[in-house]
Amino acid sequence: MRKLLSLTLLALAGSTAFAGGYRVSIQGQKQLAMGHTGVAIVNSAEVAFFNPAGMAYLDKKFNLSVGGNALFANTKFQNSQYNWEASSENLGTPFSVYATYKLNNWLTAGLAIYTPYGSSVEWDQDWQGAHLVNNINLQAIFVQPTISIRVGEHFSVGGGPIYATGSINFNKNLATNPLLSDNGSGSDVTLDAKGITAWGYTAGFMFNPSKKVRLGFNYRSEITMEARDGDATYADVPAFAAVNPALQNSTFNADLPLPAEVTTGISYQVTNKWLVAFDYNYALWSAYKELKVEIANGTTSINARNYQNASTYRFGTQYKANDKFTFRAGWYFDESPVQDGYFAPETPRNDSTGYTGGLTYQVNSKFGIDFSFLYLHFDEIENSYDHYSENGNVLPFGGTYKSSVFSPGIGITYGF
Amino acid sequence: MKNKFIYLAIIAVGFASCEPEFDNAVDANYSSGEADFTSYVAIGNSLTAGYMDGTVSRVGQTYSFPNLLAQQFALVGGGAFTQPSYADDVNNLGGIQGLTGTRLVINASVGGVQPIAGSPTITLAPQAMAYNNMGVPGAKSFHLRLPGYGNPAGLALGQANPYFVRHATTTTATVIGDAMTKNPTFFTNWIGANDVLSYATSGGAKADGMTPAVDHNATGFINPLAYGGNDITNSNLFEDTYTNLINTLTNGGAKGVVCTIPSVTSIPYFTTVPYAPLSPTALGGATNIATLNAQLYGPLDAIFTAYGEPNRINPLSATSANPILIYDADATDRSAQITGALSGTLGVPTATAFGMVFGKARQATAADLVVLPASSVIGSPNTSSPSTSININGVTYPMANKWVLTANEKAKVAAATASYNASIRSIAATKNLAVADMNAIMNQLVSGLQIETGQIYTANYFSGSTTEGLVLFSLDGVHPNARGYAVITNEIIKVINQHYHSNLPLHNPSYFPGINIVPSN
Repeated sequence: MRKLLSLTLLALAGSTAFAGGYRVSIQGQKQLAMGHTGVAIVNSAEVAFFNPAGMAYLDKKFNLSVGGNALFANTKFQNSQYNWEASSENLGTPFSVYATYKLNNWLTAGLAIYTPYGSSVEWDQDWQGAHLVNNINLQAIFVQPTISIRVGEHFSVGGGPIYATGSINFNKNLATNPLLSDNGSGSDVTLDAKGITAWGYTAGFMFNPSKKVRLGFNYRSEITMEARDGDATYADVPAFAAVNPALQNSTFNADLPLPAEVTTGISYQVTNKWLVAFDYNYALWSAYKELKVEIANGTTSINARNYQNASTYRFGTQYKANDKFTFRAGWYFDESPVQDGYFAPETPRNDSTGYTGGLTYQVNSKFGIDFSFLYLHFDEIENSYDHYSENGNVLPFGGTYKSSVFSPGIGITYGF
Repeated sequence: MKNKFIYLAIIAVGFASCEPEFDNAVDANYSSGEADFTSYVAIGNSLTAGYMDGTVSRVGQTYSFPNLLAQQFALVGGGAFTQPSYADDVNNLGGIQGLTGTRLVINASVGGVQPIAGSPTITLAPQAMAYNNMGVPGAKSFHLRLPGYGNPAGLALGQANPYFVRHATTTTATVIGDAMTKNPTFFTNWIGANDVLSYATSGGAKADGMTPAVDHNATGFINPLAYGGNDITNSNLFEDTYTNLINTLTNGGAKGVVCTIPSVTSIPYFTTVPYAPLSPTALGGATNIATLNAQLYGPLDAIFTAYGEPNRINPLSATSANPILIYDADATDRSAQITGALSGTLGVPTATAFGMVFGKARQATAADLVVLPASSVIGSPNTSSPSTSININGVTYPMANKWVLTANEKAKVAAATASYNASIRSIAATKNLAVADMNAIMNQLVSGLQIETGQIYTANYFSGSTTEGLVLFSLDGVHPNARGYAVITNEIIKVINQHYHSNLPLHNPSYFPGINIVPSN
């Protein structure tokens, strides 16, 4: 068990952006199978993420949920005005580890480790959009010690600090102009920063007016990842520009906001086997106005983003067929925070519709295996990024994008 | 239960091979419309051959507009497109062995334009083959119909062209004849620029740099064999020649695009060097200017004013930039008057020398155009001068005829250009051919041409690496660079799309190279 935990912690948390921007909404196998509803559901230790207040209602003294997904995200791009075609195939591995322990009948402690943000998008080096991005890999792991306090029969609160640690690796060409190129490959810069840390918090409450109904609310604060003194490395610089100070390897600073998120929801136990739930997420993406990279060699790159707040509407259902099998299904609609004219190929995400399903096979009363599956459908979208300039002229880059995301997942639940 | 599990697993595997699919493939709507691109032949001069930076080079040729057009034609049934071979240009230096210099580059260590170091390896070894790209640098309209234009024996006599010598199928072949052996179904014809531009780029002078070249619209001569190399072709001869070429090209039912001739005012070769570049500092300051005025400008001004030309020469200013001194072949010859006026103070021999030097001199005006190569000549000593006191080009010695396109010469060029373009348009109309109005497009470049991406390009010469991305002209100041040829190709594609109802994709000029910069040379 310990080995498994340490291995999953070491595993790349990088996963492809979906669920709006670079948010990866895969924080639990059971709940993902239910359309990633969870703020008003008490199923497993996964509730430590969805609504810490819910930990107080878990039956068992000790609950553990460990899971991971293989997240496949493929995007195709084409532009018929210029006969351009490009594609990007990416694999990410989001994971989560949750553990709760009932200290007494009103106080429960928990630990949640999960990867709510990640983006791994790789295009061919020097493709037509290389001046915006060649490849990007950003990942964040949140470690969240949490407590949950039960206040009377029907009400509980919970919360705790979030310790975020992350890294970013971003490569892009310096210009579309082949003047800045060497041996056929455009001059490019790689921005690399590891071990970025920041703090935030989560807080929530749960209200159970009856045995059948639960209402939940959760707020996770905005966390700004501040990359300081990361490495800026230049490559493929032509000989005549080799001594240009703006092209000397240097260090960089940049801030990336991981937006605050508000979730409210309700679940209803239709029968003692059948549960339905609805969650509403509101992500405050408007905090991400621009990506400003300041390089110590004097260059500053301001990349306008102007994300807007985005909503997600989730429906999930769970059916406990017998002691061995429980089946789940869900559906959600995920608004993209990306505005028209700001559609950059490093986060090519428009509105999407998610279809989820899964099941739990309960080996014995303590141990179960969870399976989940997600398919995210994107409509074809024609959009562009209109905020890049070269030589004082705006150079828009756009075309038609089509993405397809799917993710099988597996996890184990252990409790006593 | 187990079946359900297997079912889910199969779905998972099924989705694992789920690739995103577009409703329409990127080329779903491309079409050739009413045109047939099976065999595309381009005829013309250096602009068609992919000439840039003063030469044709192996890599530069790949950016010729016909080659760029052919890449798009290939998407809608276009056939193979061949160009004269430059395989012998192993180091991509351009030039022709023993005849011309290597391609121009910017030498970053000195910040100036230079031919790239090395000797040309391109030879006149005959390929004896017709190609799809029959652009011949230097060719005028009538040259395309001239037998023997590719005969090496004719080179010394100026009756043949080394570029055509390299690929003419026989010593008696004509350019148009070779072109027709490709059985074109589609053509582009951009000929006529040299009929007027060889006069313009040589400042209206013959090869000797002084004797005025001839405007055959004034003489009325229509026998091209009697023309000097820098003469302006007679407009009627041009029209007959052009009609003949178009009749030949469309003989087999081929469709095509004809291009109009750009005007000189839209080419940086003529618009980069200012007519008044002599700043007070460059002239050595107020004291030196006073001396020049006392010893030269003052006396000359007085003489010209006395004979009714008060503004032919004015004293140099110590506060603003001054115009250069030029030789104007059309100016009234005042050598006798100058000699007479100055004999008293300078003595007869010196006064006579002054008379000969300044008899047809005047200061340049805003209506004159100074050619690009003049920039390295202005301010340098002239060895033809009889005395070192009056030997500085443009300051104390008039710039030779070839460095300046005077207002009169400019007018002759403009009239001929307008006349050729009128012929081109009307001949195209009779055959219902598409017209790519390069004259209008390049005029737009002067104030700024905004293309479909929003990028604004100008007709400016290269002026530094920070603005290099906006420059469409190569370092020779006349021919486009690769990016400029991409813009030209797009304009022709737009014309083809509109006239022949085709749907061809464009090139994106931002991704094309412009000026070549080397760290040292």
